[in-house]
Amino acid sequence: MLGESKVRERIERILSLSKADQTEVVFIRESEQLTRFANSYIHQNIAKEDVELRVRVVVGKKIGIASTNDLRDAALQRVVESAMTVASFQHTNPDFISLPEPQPIEEIDGFAESTAACTPERRAQAAKSICVPSREQGLNASGAFATRSFEYAVGNSLGLFAYYPTTLADLRTVIMSDTGSGYAAASSLDVGDIDAESLGREAIDKAVRSRNPVDISPGEYTVILEEYAVNALMAYLAYMGFGATAVQEGRSFMAGKFGEKVTGENISIWDDGLDPTNLPMPFDFEGVPKQRVDLIKKGVAMGAVYDSYTAGREEGKKSTGHALPAPNTFGPFPWNMAMEPGTETKQEMLASTEKGLWVTRLHYVRPVHPLKTIITGMTRDGTFLIEDGELVAPVKNLRFTQSILEALSDVQMIGRETRMGREAFMENLIGGTRAPALKIGRFTFTSATEF
Amino acid sequence: MKKLTDRALNLAQTKGASYADIRIIDLETQSIAVKNGIVEGISLDTSQGFGVRVIADGAWGFASSSRLEPEEVDRVTALAVQIAKASALVKGEEIDLGPPEVHRHTYRTPVELDPFQVSLEQKIDLLLACDEAMHRTKGLAVAEGNMLFIRERQTFASTEGSFIEQEIIETGAGLVATAVSEDEVQKRSYPNSFGRHQGTAGYEFVERYDLLDNAQRLGEEAVALLSARQCPSGVTTLVMGPTQLALQVHESCGHPTELDRVLGTEASYAGTSFLTPEKLGSFRYGSEIVNITADATVPGGLGTFGYDDEGAPAQRTPLVKDGIFVGYLTSRETASRFGQRSNGTMRADGWSNIPLIRMTNINLEPGDWELDDLIADTDDGIYMEMNKSWSIDDKRLNFQFGTETAYEIKKGKRGDLLKNATYASMTPKFWASCDAICNEEYWDVWGTPNCGKGQPSQSAHVGHGASPARFRNIQVGVMRSS
Repeated sequence: MLGESKVRERIERILSLSKADQTEVVFIRESEQLTRFANSYIHQNIAKEDVELRVRVVVGKKIGIASTNDLRDAALQRVVESAMTVASFQHTNPDFISLPEPQPIEEIDGFAESTAACTPERRAQAAKSICVPSREQGLNASGAFATRSFEYAVGNSLGLFAYYPTTLADLRTVIMSDTGSGYAAASSLDVGDIDAESLGREAIDKAVRSRNPVDISPGEYTVILEEYAVNALMAYLAYMGFGATAVQEGRSFMAGKFGEKVTGENISIWDDGLDPTNLPMPFDFEGVPKQRVDLIKKGVAMGAVYDSYTAGREEGKKSTGHALPAPNTFGPFPWNMAMEPGTETKQEMLASTEKGLWVTRLHYVRPVHPLKTIITGMTRDGTFLIEDGELVAPVKNLRFTQSILEALSDVQMIGRETRMGREAFMENLIGGTRAPALKIGRFTFTSATEF
Repeated sequence: MKKLTDRALNLAQTKGASYADIRIIDLETQSIAVKNGIVEGISLDTSQGFGVRVIADGAWGFASSSRLEPEEVDRVTALAVQIAKASALVKGEEIDLGPPEVHRHTYRTPVELDPFQVSLEQKIDLLLACDEAMHRTKGLAVAEGNMLFIRERQTFASTEGSFIEQEIIETGAGLVATAVSEDEVQKRSYPNSFGRHQGTAGYEFVERYDLLDNAQRLGEEAVALLSARQCPSGVTTLVMGPTQLALQVHESCGHPTELDRVLGTEASYAGTSFLTPEKLGSFRYGSEIVNITADATVPGGLGTFGYDDEGAPAQRTPLVKDGIFVGYLTSRETASRFGQRSNGTMRADGWSNIPLIRMTNINLEPGDWELDDLIADTDDGIYMEMNKSWSIDDKRLNFQFGTETAYEIKKGKRGDLLKNATYASMTPKFWASCDAICNEEYWDVWGTPNCGKGQPSQSAHVGHGASPARFRNIQVGVMRSS
């Protein structure tokens, strides 16, 4: 930890060195420790520490950006000079209005000392608590246990300064038998919330029950998607269309649909950077406080997320505090999303299902047709056939090709519990998605694999 | 530099490490992004740091830091040893790296034009001219262009006595034209998808691909796709263009031949592999004309270097020979389990990450067909090119890929343009159906700058040589249209 005063000092030093009309400094420090196990032993174990100082200068409407990971004085001078050099070669950007003005930012305590101070020995013990019972049952344990601490800060020449230290603990495990596998995962600010033994038990149970899967024909099935699977759907929905850039360019399924029904009335999705259960982050990479944004409310398309650049393109629109680090042509992104839970348990969903499939998680999800929200991917680590309200057999994994919005228009039951998910492409953001399990009337599987 | 590497290696041994290596890296990146006539981003980024990898008590430890100072080298080295000893609390088999790799050498990417010496103005002007050319087609929604230049200076030293210095220079550039209608978003990319094509080369790489000469065509094709026919569903002959074939090789041959993955060390993330060890040397991976090679020595390839990140020299290794699976991508540790020497594929994403087995340039060797002859020889089929969508199962068997563009082939001639083309198959079945590969005139090494693997996730820069090829009886048009 460098601490708020030292971070502020570095940022102010850079601001004082800049002769640009406007200057912004984004500071990111990360310390990450990760213990990785496979074949029921630790095979990789790392610690890394890095900082980034990203400087954006604005001269007229010409923008230059440079970054460094060297905090020494000479490097600070160089990074400002580099940004100014870039700006001197730049062309005027007519869409740029201004860097953001300071706004009050909610104070959040997102830092857990226990996570920041977690030792490799503690992570090894957690790995052991999964590996040993797996070995005892003739299973093969793999996984990764990460403990990370961050300092985020943004300052600009308009007087804005925002600082937020935070932590993240994240454990994921896949347990394999010769013919099946199970999965469990959890994320929290506080490593003390991560119960490795319990996660191990969950994945072991699924691995045991997944043994000797049977073939099943692809086709349309009623599905119960566990929270892990629903989190993946939410993340890809966001990727394909909850950002203002995609909406403004007409590439989003939300474009031209605001106020219209896009899913069933039982679906509400929002982004809330201040939600303490969802790895909060009080401001974005321009230092703008995060606003709660209703994306889909009772099935109706409500809004998209904005940064200051995309907000400047629409009259009267303000940034919602969802900027990613500059420069990026992707635009703003919601990284603290949640879906409203329902009232049912997964057991109740199961009991109500005459025939269908139970899906633990989705693998290698990719967009196929973003405007129709069609994605493809595989089931993984625990797929079961449901008959007459019971799980009757594990099945070999299937490929689905399915519109997310169509699926969300056919949700019959919604789980009352939620779990947090962090899709791989969101790994470097503090946040994730929080979703309940869903029972969906029809879900399309287009092919099967051999295991 | 030698003082710092010696300091780390000596301290590691003093602390109880039986093996240690250190990599020091100084990375310089210049990126330019243009969108709809606006230069949306130019960035000059630098990053430096070092990583120390050790074996202590028979287990691995790794630590890295951005502060390249003697005291920090001491702290990080001691931490790496502490981590290794913690790893030993849940230990597997004793680590055997095989015979020592001792090399003292320097390597530099050969370049004709240092990309950092070419003015920003020249690069921006070219991208803006391309932008204007793409927008000449009415109805184009988004035109994008970008360039990326990387200079990575690496020093590697090990307790076995290696001291290797490398300077790897990469150049990348690409254009993307996107057209939008009420119910379609269609894009065309050039020279490759994923934003750009990239290689280990200088600015001559940008000039070689004539971006400006292709920009207008790109805009026209994106708009034409909006009103094109939907790719039909069925089983047909598939002729695949070179960049899509590069992606096919990447996903269905490159990843499943990574021996760490085969041995289960990626199981909790991207998965394992169907190419299990008992298949080595006997499994029919593809038809007899399928030859796939890992080649880190091919000039200009994005996976070309002098030495890998554990000091093994760059090599050329057959993976599939005459259709039979014959080789893996290996590290020192995994190769020694098979009584082999590493074929030099351990690579890390920058200084802060531990090396993993990564693809180098995984190449489908050229055949002897002319493309025109191949089309003329195809009675009924579909030509697909340029990746748009890709997904494959966690053993690398069941895949479904989509392409930006496609056209039908009828009685040996090119027919209608098709949109939203997809195809799906199982890896060995797919490669077994390959009955024609175009010759070296059509062959190029296509750069993939975004290959993800590992936890923490690492992004590798790899290449794939490919020329167009033909596959029989392939399921196409998988996407459900609603």
